[in-house]
Amino acid sequence: MPDPVLSLNRLDARYGDFQALYGVTAHVNEGEVVAIIGANGAGKTTLMRSIAGLIRNAPEAIAWKGQPIGRLRADQVAALGIALVPEGRLLFPSLSVEENLIIGGQLGRRGPWNLGRVYELFPILKERRNQQSTSLSGGQQQMVAIGRALMSNPELILMDEISLGLAPVIIKQIYDALPGIVGQGMAAVIVEQDIAKALSVTARVYCLQEGRVSLEGRSDTVSRDEISRAYFGM
Amino acid sequence: MRVTRSSSVSKAAMAVGLVVLLVLVAAPWWASRADLRLMGEIYLYVSLATLWNLLAGYAGLVSVGQQAYVGFGGYGFFALAMLAGVPVLVALPLAAVAGALVAVPVAMLIFRLRGAYFAIGTWVVAEVFRLVAAQTPALGGGSGASLPASIVKSLADSRDLREAMAYWLALGVMVLTVGTVFLILRSRRGLALTAIRDNELAARSLGIDIWRTKFFVYVVTAGLTALVGGLIFLQKLRISPDAAFSANDWTAFVIFIVVIGGIGTLEGPIIGTLLFFALRETMAEMGTIYLIALGVVAIAVMLKAPTGLWGVIRARTGAELFPLSRRVQGIGRPEG
Amino acid sequence: MEWLNAILQGTLLGGLYALFAAGLSLIFGVMRLVNIAHGDLIVLAAYLGLVISAGLGIHPLLALVLVVPAMAGIGYALQRGILNRTMGDDILPPLLVTFGLSVIIQNGLLMGFSADPQKLQAGALETASLSAGGLTIGVLPLLMFVTAVAVIAGLQWMFYRTALGRAFRATSDRQDVAQLMGLNRAHVFALAMALSLAVTGIAGVFLGIRTSFDPSIGGSRLIFGFEAVIIGGLGNLWGTLAGGVILGVAQAVGGQIHPSLQLLAGHLVFLLILAIRPRGLFPKMEG
Repeated sequence: MPDPVLSLNRLDARYGDFQALYGVTAHVNEGEVVAIIGANGAGKTTLMRSIAGLIRNAPEAIAWKGQPIGRLRADQVAALGIALVPEGRLLFPSLSVEENLIIGGQLGRRGPWNLGRVYELFPILKERRNQQSTSLSGGQQQMVAIGRALMSNPELILMDEISLGLAPVIIKQIYDALPGIVGQGMAAVIVEQDIAKALSVTARVYCLQEGRVSLEGRSDTVSRDEISRAYFGM
Repeated sequence: MRVTRSSSVSKAAMAVGLVVLLVLVAAPWWASRADLRLMGEIYLYVSLATLWNLLAGYAGLVSVGQQAYVGFGGYGFFALAMLAGVPVLVALPLAAVAGALVAVPVAMLIFRLRGAYFAIGTWVVAEVFRLVAAQTPALGGGSGASLPASIVKSLADSRDLREAMAYWLALGVMVLTVGTVFLILRSRRGLALTAIRDNELAARSLGIDIWRTKFFVYVVTAGLTALVGGLIFLQKLRISPDAAFSANDWTAFVIFIVVIGGIGTLEGPIIGTLLFFALRETMAEMGTIYLIALGVVAIAVMLKAPTGLWGVIRARTGAELFPLSRRVQGIGRPEG
Repeated sequence: MEWLNAILQGTLLGGLYALFAAGLSLIFGVMRLVNIAHGDLIVLAAYLGLVISAGLGIHPLLALVLVVPAMAGIGYALQRGILNRTMGDDILPPLLVTFGLSVIIQNGLLMGFSADPQKLQAGALETASLSAGGLTIGVLPLLMFVTAVAVIAGLQWMFYRTALGRAFRATSDRQDVAQLMGLNRAHVFALAMALSLAVTGIAGVFLGIRTSFDPSIGGSRLIFGFEAVIIGGLGNLWGTLAGGVILGVAQAVGGQIHPSLQLLAGHLVFLLILAIRPRGLFPKMEG
């Protein structure tokens, strides 16, 4: 049984004055792809942002390879090898497509990913490399956001609702590329509204309901019933 | 369910305040000439601080150029009294009205700027006023003018009575200023201001006309600041562009007073002024060091305790001397 | 001919104003901070130039080699130590803290150097001039202008062609997401302030060579810089140069009409532009 690289220990996260997560306990093993599902407002994005260091938490609530990282700043977390593809893409409007990718590699971490490989993965980006990043279509922007995260050669990639607002054919395109993304031992956490999609690409799944973990199971064996109940809190 | 404003503390404070006011009115009979002067100065700084606080702490209009209106009021008063022969007690309020009127086109211009750029814009306006004053030969140009003895005497015959009159005028202006600001804050407009200060977007979505509210506050503040300015230079008997539009005297000290006392509260400027003068009287007359010290303290307050001295006191005790906040009484406990 | 000369002088003076403004423009672009102490920091740089050039017996322009890094260091420490704590949504803290700093610097200089006017001696450079088509062009004003253009070109290059510039633009766009890239926000802001004050160092030394200075002139330098930024349009460094030139020319023309109208003419042109084109002439971002 491989050791977890990321573990969450009774994480209580706050978003402003409002508490969004209550005692969330979960883990991600090395090289594993885990799904987080849940209704809107369940706390999925707060969870992602907490792991990435954008929200400060108790130090031991989040551990990376055994080290407490709950209180670290986002740039410190990024340096450890955790990359976030944020909800809504959030590209830098003042930077071109290529500059968005380059700045993703700002940290200079070693690994298989570089500008060339990202262009191989998403050839359309190479065509549009000098365009202003926000002038691209939604699907293409999502590719830039993913590419930007990959450029830091992370050991764990967090993807927050990458299919939001995209046409089904584009979503399929991106999810088809997923094995190529996480193929080489990268661990990943995928937050998804589309449950079927989430289950199809992951090994395990957690369901969040009003800030609490309501279900943990294997993606290939968990039942529809269990999910419905966990999703809606029945 | 009722909405009340006073608490027992504020009721007690009001009663005490009234007594204090009566004592202060009687001051010309129990205080020395030097004390009267000092108290008059305190009243004028309380007025300036209260007004700046209304502008910055409540309306979010941080001005570093209020000296424009202090100087305008001073020059306005001198012009009316010296050049137009208007009696002193009429010239003062007229100068105030003039200040409010000139603030209208100024506001229309500088309201196009936001935040810190607005602040610097107010400074530019003060500079323009200063330069114009320095170019006006009728009022002494660059070197300034002195108030003729005849006008000084018209206030009252004897020196003692003049000192008393000047003192009462200062006290009156302070009561007027603090009273006006209090009434504004208590009114619907005041509620709108607090809403704007807390969350401008939410306020706008509630239908509050932000521009109009800020404009109103700016113009009223300008008028009252001009009134204080007129009185300051009536007492000094002499005016010059550098003194009238001195950023140090009329802005730097005022801002530090309000920040240290407690920005965004009515009590803060008053407490800040008292503290300022208490310190000034105990420290020897070292203007430069005093300014530096105040600056350091103000920065420290802004970083560590942004609500200022009064804010800290209020947080500890929940006290409020001016009945301004509204409490909802009589809501029953929710079921379950 | 006099008018042509006045316009030329004003244009060259605009270079100095652009130098005043460039630092202001830079930090507003990167972190939406307006430093009210900016003008006093220019004066501080002039005094620094005085101390270094007098102390080491070197030409003021040579003193730049020490003044610029010193000012950069002061900027980094200032931002990291104090100003970073004021960054946030509330506009009051940065405004009031930088105002406090302005008063402290001004009075500190007053205590250290008294109110006596000082001047940096640049020797022959101050009076040297070139003749071109009946016009006399002072070498020093020309140098100032060329320096301003070079500095702005340098800043533009930095912004659009270097990793640091990318970091600045990204942080200015989305602070949070920039952190996800591994950029320490506190450090990026401090670097921006360091760069801003480095430019201010150049501006201060040129100011000191050009006119006599004393601790109290900081406020008006800030105003000139600010007016140049607003006239030129926010977020546009070349616009700031244009704004500086317009301001300089307005002052020169005003001064030509009557010496006492010089400053007033500049302010009035500023107010006019504020009235008819509130976003400036070449704006690239919102206030």
